[in-house]
Amino acid sequence: MRARIAILLGLALATAFAASVLLPFEPLRLLFGADGELAIALIRELRLPRAALALAYGATLGASGAAIQALFANPLASPDLTGTTSGAALGAVVTAYLFGFAAPVALSIGSVAGALGALALLLALAGPKAETATLLLSGLAISALAGALTTLALALAPSPFAFYDAYDWLMGSLIDRSLEQAAFAGLPALLTIALLLRLGPALDRLSLGEEVAQSLGHDVARLRLQVICLTAFGVGACVAICGAIGFIGLIAPIFARRLTRGHPGRAILAAALIGALLLTAADLIARLAPLGRTLPIGVVTALIGAPFFLWLVAHMRWRLKA
Amino acid sequence: MMLTAAGLSLPGRLHDAALEIGEGELVCLVGPNGSGKTSLLHALAGIGGMAGEVRLAGIDPRRLGPARRPAFLTYLPATRDIPWPLVARDLIALGGGDADFETLELEPLLDRRLDSLSTGERSRVLIARAMAPRPKLLLLDEPTANLDPLWQIRLMQLVRDEIGSGGRAALVAIHDLDAAERYADRVIVMEAGRIAAEGMAQIPAIFGVEKVDGRWEAVRPRADPRSSP
Repeated sequence: MRARIAILLGLALATAFAASVLLPFEPLRLLFGADGELAIALIRELRLPRAALALAYGATLGASGAAIQALFANPLASPDLTGTTSGAALGAVVTAYLFGFAAPVALSIGSVAGALGALALLLALAGPKAETATLLLSGLAISALAGALTTLALALAPSPFAFYDAYDWLMGSLIDRSLEQAAFAGLPALLTIALLLRLGPALDRLSLGEEVAQSLGHDVARLRLQVICLTAFGVGACVAICGAIGFIGLIAPIFARRLTRGHPGRAILAAALIGALLLTAADLIARLAPLGRTLPIGVVTALIGAPFFLWLVAHMRWRLKA
Repeated sequence: MMLTAAGLSLPGRLHDAALEIGEGELVCLVGPNGSGKTSLLHALAGIGGMAGEVRLAGIDPRRLGPARRPAFLTYLPATRDIPWPLVARDLIALGGGDADFETLELEPLLDRRLDSLSTGERSRVLIARAMAPRPKLLLLDEPTANLDPLWQIRLMQLVRDEIGSGGRAALVAIHDLDAAERYADRVIVMEAGRIAAEGMAQIPAIFGVEKVDGRWEAVRPRADPRSSP
């Protein structure tokens, strides 16, 4: 990625972040006029955690998507299509509603375990060099299974409000999270992205083929384990706080590779920036859409992402034939 | 000897193979399908296992990391698929070599994306990826596959020229018996996961083909040494 593009992306992201903190501006203006302290509290307690979560979650989805696509050598792999996010959601729901641990740490642990389980199951079902069709079908099966088990866990939950309670969260939501909760997603997210960036060169060489990467001195089995554990950790920590958000992890890496001349590993940084930008933008749309109420952000990303995914599948039919 | 290897094994595919290659030697590896040619190249490159012993210019190249490995050995696999639409120049650089590698007349191809190249052109780029780091040992699996007749001839000649200086050698798995006979300093024949013979004398017995009036003819239906009665 050229320096100029990186700077442009960074500027766009900073603008989106500022917009996310300040928009809609009307209540802030009124509050600053009447009560400056309340306005600052509003920014600190509501706007800032939300903007930070969009940034951290979007960047994690982008970077994880890029790493998973590089690992499976497939542009249709992503945390949601491989069942990672559904697995994480299942882990968190079981922890919260069956085991009754609602603390952020417990949720994060349950969620990461669920994500790991889903990715391990995918590797076992589809294998590391899966054809696109096998990969997508296995991911679909894992998502369906995790979804069914999530519903089952909610049905068996002692709390009669479990369904109602979990619905908002499972659809993906950045609203009403504290700065502390934002840190629980943000710090693992940062760590994940930093460590994934270090795997970039090895993932680039993996595009020469698994055997060639081994002949060049890379331990491919270890690389695979690192990518899976890291993405499960980052995505799991974010899902525990914000629920499952789809399509960012699919779309961001595809745009990112256009900036890195097709290099799948080098695209991790660009994908993190683009993912953060996309989720922040989606959150702004969710907030500013003139519908009288705030939309769940998962709905916005799905409404934008699903048509893009369909276009992608149609565009890549030649690969699916294999 | 520049390369000595012994006890090379990969479960079910390669059994206790040993070989030596001298400086400047071009050794061709022939054998029926499934005889273990690719597995022998894998064992030397440290792909899929580290059994046995390999010494190349005094060290075991399989223990070198990505920074130093391409200067010692590179490996060209038989598959020509690359999943991402990389630019030819970038692909060669990923292999640890100089992207301005001129030996294969790649100048017109260097700035094109791999998915816009023909299979033969892509093959030449992938061969350049393996040759550009100028390794001590070149391991090539079917390098002439997909190449047009002129390039088939030129490639083997180029490999000869490349390894002619500076303590280098090449081991080339190839099905074309004529090319093996013509360009190799030595021919190693594999059968059922073992090194079965050296030279062309055993070809009829192992392959079931024989040169009659300058052409290879089937002399008998080949018995599969792996099938049990």
